[in-house]
Amino acid sequence: MIALTELYKGFRDPEVIRSLAKEIATYASLIDGNVNIMEVCGGHTHTIMKYGLNQLLPDNIDFIHGPGCPVCIMPKERIDHAAALANLPGIILVTLGDMIRVPGSKGSLANYRANGCDIRPIYDPLDTLQIAIDNPDKTIVFFAIGFETSTPMTAVLIDQAEKRDIKNLVFHINHVLVPPAIDAVMADPKAKVNAFIGPAHVSVISGAKVYRPAVTNYNTPVVISGFEPVDVMQSILMIVKQKAAAKAELENQYSRSVSEEGNLTAQALVNQYLKVREHFRWRGLGPIPSSALMLRDEYAHRDAERVFAEHLPNEEIDDHKACQCGDILRGLCKPKDCKVFGRGCTPETPLGSCMVSSEGACNAYYRYNGVTE
Amino acid sequence: MNQINSRKVVQLSHGGGGKEMNHLIKDLFFKAFDNPILRNEEDAAVLHFNGDVAFTTDSFTVAPLFFSGGDIGKLSIAGTVNDLAMMAAEPQYLSCSFIIEEGFEIAKLKTIVESMAKELKQSGARIVCGDTKVVPRGCADGLFINTSGVGRILRKGISVKNLACDDVIIVSRDIGRHGAAILMAREGLALDSELTSDCATLWPIVEQLIAANIEIHAMRDATRGGLSAVLNEWAQASDVEINVHEEAIPVCDEVRGLCELYGFEPFDLANEGTFILAVPKESADATLEIMKRFCHCEQASIIGDVNENRKGKVVLNTPWGSTRYLDLPQGELLPRIC
Ligand code: SF4
Repeated sequence: MIALTELYKGFRDPEVIRSLAKEIATYASLIDGNVNIMEVCGGHTHTIMKYGLNQLLPDNIDFIHGPGCPVCIMPKERIDHAAALANLPGIILVTLGDMIRVPGSKGSLANYRANGCDIRPIYDPLDTLQIAIDNPDKTIVFFAIGFETSTPMTAVLIDQAEKRDIKNLVFHINHVLVPPAIDAVMADPKAKVNAFIGPAHVSVISGAKVYRPAVTNYNTPVVISGFEPVDVMQSILMIVKQKAAAKAELENQYSRSVSEEGNLTAQALVNQYLKVREHFRWRGLGPIPSSALMLRDEYAHRDAERVFAEHLPNEEIDDHKACQCGDILRGLCKPKDCKVFGRGCTPETPLGSCMVSSEGACNAYYRYNGVTE
Repeated sequence: MNQINSRKVVQLSHGGGGKEMNHLIKDLFFKAFDNPILRNEEDAAVLHFNGDVAFTTDSFTVAPLFFSGGDIGKLSIAGTVNDLAMMAAEPQYLSCSFIIEEGFEIAKLKTIVESMAKELKQSGARIVCGDTKVVPRGCADGLFINTSGVGRILRKGISVKNLACDDVIIVSRDIGRHGAAILMAREGLALDSELTSDCATLWPIVEQLIAANIEIHAMRDATRGGLSAVLNEWAQASDVEINVHEEAIPVCDEVRGLCELYGFEPFDLANEGTFILAVPKESADATLEIMKRFCHCEQASIIGDVNENRKGKVVLNTPWGSTRYLDLPQGELLPRIC
């Protein structure tokens, strides 16, 4: 059993945070120009906004909130897939948390659920097994989302379904990969990013090694960081130290959990069942080659996209015209630059997906910011 | 009594108005809630009042029915009694309706009813009328309880609109316990913890505050929506800024840890025996002194104050010097993903 206090102690010490802020300011004053740090992962966006860390930093350090929130990057047509599946008779659609609130082209899964579709949000993907066992006369669709962090859990679920021969469980795979998203952001000639905070949980699985190409290709520091305020502040310090010394290196602040190679067992299990997809359209960023996963052909019988192909709409659906999610994900503008931010688009009635999850940039700004501006 | 025990589960016939129903009512409910007005068995209870009366109602549909620190019965009494208490009204008369799903265990029902009777003693309120319906399996989740209550207002002028500049905000105890206890009791969360719900009747404390002539501007129990909901409602209704300090808000380790696991905030979690007060600065010490006499209010603390800067907003100050809005909780409380 874990003692619950162990989960956060030490990482929120006000003294430590204040002294880190001081040291960051010292190094930042040695740097010419701006440090534009992209935190790729929505978890970091949340930490920065919730704990007001941006308020503690000197003016030449700016954050650009990256595409690392699995809910925010889901294009409407994928949500429409989920809705179409949930609408079929005899289907139970299972998915994780916030996903049910993201608007598709005709409403969110929460709307569909209110209209009688059997849609169940869960916390642990393995709960899906029990749902499948308890409902032998139904087909269970697991709508799988997330970055490298949550992919192994889906792989375990597929593995269990195969080994225990649970026939009524299929998968709609939307797992995406971080490194191709970094490439997509940097491919834009207007990109302003010149440092990265690397994801925490993703890196536990994939290992620090996956960011080495980004460091070399774009000559930017990458510091892998934990999610606590002290973690993030320490990572920023590591970045400004590199910048002050004109270096670009891969550093691992989150060494208590992240290794160079990552979790090889998890990687092997993922590889056994899933392969890289040619293209995946990201909300805001458009199609990115080799940026997502799909089931291997041997498991086509578990692939909802193939089993139910005839029922799935395949037109691409763009976001609301006013929505600037794409530019925000690329770091070209801030949530407050969007005309409908806080007016037409709020967490209760999101127009774009960045407003839905607590890890989305617009949601975090809406909830926590405005006090200092 | 025998007749009830031998049947073990509630059947549709228990709601049919006939013999079985009579047994259920007489042997279980009347016994537990006994008082002269109820015993009269008229079509309606006859009450007598002088002056202003507060009237409130609430339905209780908690799942699971039993949780650490209480059950739906305790909740259904404390909830309605607290709504009256927060208006400085002495909880006097309650109604009570049961909607029971066919097949519900009589033994469980008895435990719940006894827990209601016990909780009534905390405030001295009495159940003077009631109703029982039994619905077919699947039409209700075990048991729903509705209670309504009336009580004489002992102190006028307590209102969400009455916060004034320089008031201080006091919270009666550590926050978030009920929400966290329910979360833990729900399936699939096997954590080693002593966490109990804060579910409690608040009238005895309020009665003392009134008796001591403490000036109270606003008073509210922080039920659904938690501390954030109450503070935001006050800030908007009174058109003031409420400024709170995170370090000053009591939260127990278990609740904090659970929030970490799920990505929740203790400010958003429900409470069932925790209340917030706005009192003039001069009354703060006297208020705390009275509150701390009660064991569940030992941690009562001043958590912030009221000003007129950013009207309608609640501002949270972090221990390291940054600030942010404490917003209303939104949507269903869903676990976050990564
Ligand atoms: S405020 Fe809403 S519409 Fe505007 S960019 Fe953010 S999510 Fe899109």
